[in-house]
Amino acid sequence: MPSLGADMEEGTLIEWSVKPGDRVKRGDIIGVVRTEKADIEVEVYHDGVVDQLLAKAGETLPVGAVIAVIREEGEAVQATPSVPAPIPPTARLRVSPLARRMAQELGVDLGHVQGTGPQAEITKDDVERAAAALKKAPAEKPAAPDVRTGMRRAIAAAMARSNREIPHYYLETKIDLQRTLKFLEAENQKRSVKDRLLSVVVLIKAVAQALHDVPELNAYWVDDQLQLKEAVHIGFAISLRQGGLVVPAILDADRKSLDELMQALRDLITRARSGRLRSSEITDATVTITNLGDLGVETVHGVIYPPQVALVGFGRIIESPWAENGMLGIRPVVSATLAGDHRATDGHRGAQFLTALNQHLQEPEKL
Amino acid sequence: MNEPDIRLAVIKALRKIAPEANLDQIPSDENLREALDIDSFDFLNLLIGLHEELNVEIPESDYGKLRTLADLVSYLSDRLK
Repeated sequence: MPSLGADMEEGTLIEWSVKPGDRVKRGDIIGVVRTEKADIEVEVYHDGVVDQLLAKAGETLPVGAVIAVIREEGEAVQATPSVPAPIPPTARLRVSPLARRMAQELGVDLGHVQGTGPQAEITKDDVERAAAALKKAPAEKPAAPDVRTGMRRAIAAAMARSNREIPHYYLETKIDLQRTLKFLEAENQKRSVKDRLLSVVVLIKAVAQALHDVPELNAYWVDDQLQLKEAVHIGFAISLRQGGLVVPAILDADRKSLDELMQALRDLITRARSGRLRSSEITDATVTITNLGDLGVETVHGVIYPPQVALVGFGRIIESPWAENGMLGIRPVVSATLAGDHRATDGHRGAQFLTALNQHLQEPEKL
Repeated sequence: MNEPDIRLAVIKALRKIAPEANLDQIPSDENLREALDIDSFDFLNLLIGLHEELNVEIPESDYGKLRTLADLVSYLSDRLK
């Protein structure tokens, strides 16, 4: 059972998309696993042949349990590894993503719904029955909001771990985006509406470039050691319409053009919101960006996702007074913040990162 | 195309990005980004949907004029005359 995030302890196999004897290559989807946040398509990391499928659909297993055996071409068939006993269904509330959405819309407290699906999972039909019962016999007092949903539990676990383990430091700088936005405006004038670039794409690329200047921030902190990462996979916080958020990665963001980044972001947001993310996108982020500018927030002080060591936040682009070369003018300004892990870097390197970020945004045509 | 038809086309495009919202009850003068929790990605998708539906290219410089359902209907009516 792959670990699909720092917060994941177990997963339920929903289905296999391969069978024993099938040839697979790196990146192929071999099945779907349900975590507390979403259904994730599991990719295979090596070329080979599917030897055994050990987990059954509907089984919930702890992270690390062997769920399948894939052998290399020509390798001898292996003995069957032992599979841990499935986790009893009473341990946690199991809810399908559709049922969870419906429960929120219909005001149904999932804690009071008896699940009839596999391993007592609460299904869409269960929620509909509970909603109908609520209509017939309205509760004496309004139902308490369902704070036990898997999404909130998963976020709570990851963020609590981060706050417990990571000594955060925060740095902030204001960046003049006049050149960036003029560049974007000129680019978008040349494009049809479906090919236009969003300003966040330029911010993502500038972060990716600045990480080449300060590579210690593109890294993991594991076993009291800093592990630098060569590839720049940028986790991008995406809010979901039903509540909560996921942070899938834009893989190799530093090597993508702005158009490729826009395409990747569009694809990622669409799939995140329809619950079709892939395992590598969930696990491989080397740094995270959170952009709350759309919501009017001026400054973001984020919480780092372990084992990453940095999170970059962007606020709203605001027209502000700006002095340069003795002249006062009005400029579009964004607040960029860095949350850094003090075990991995110090404020000096963090400041160099923000300076590099600013420099890249002043030369958008080079991004 | 008349205004009721344009309104229907806008509602159709909005339904794709906010399927859970009760769009029939959104007041015409309500800020759509706030009422439907629309971010800049959703807004771009709305414009792409309107382009596909009505064949109207909305330039970036006009984004600021399009805050409410009434704004959209009025803007598109002018562009489709």
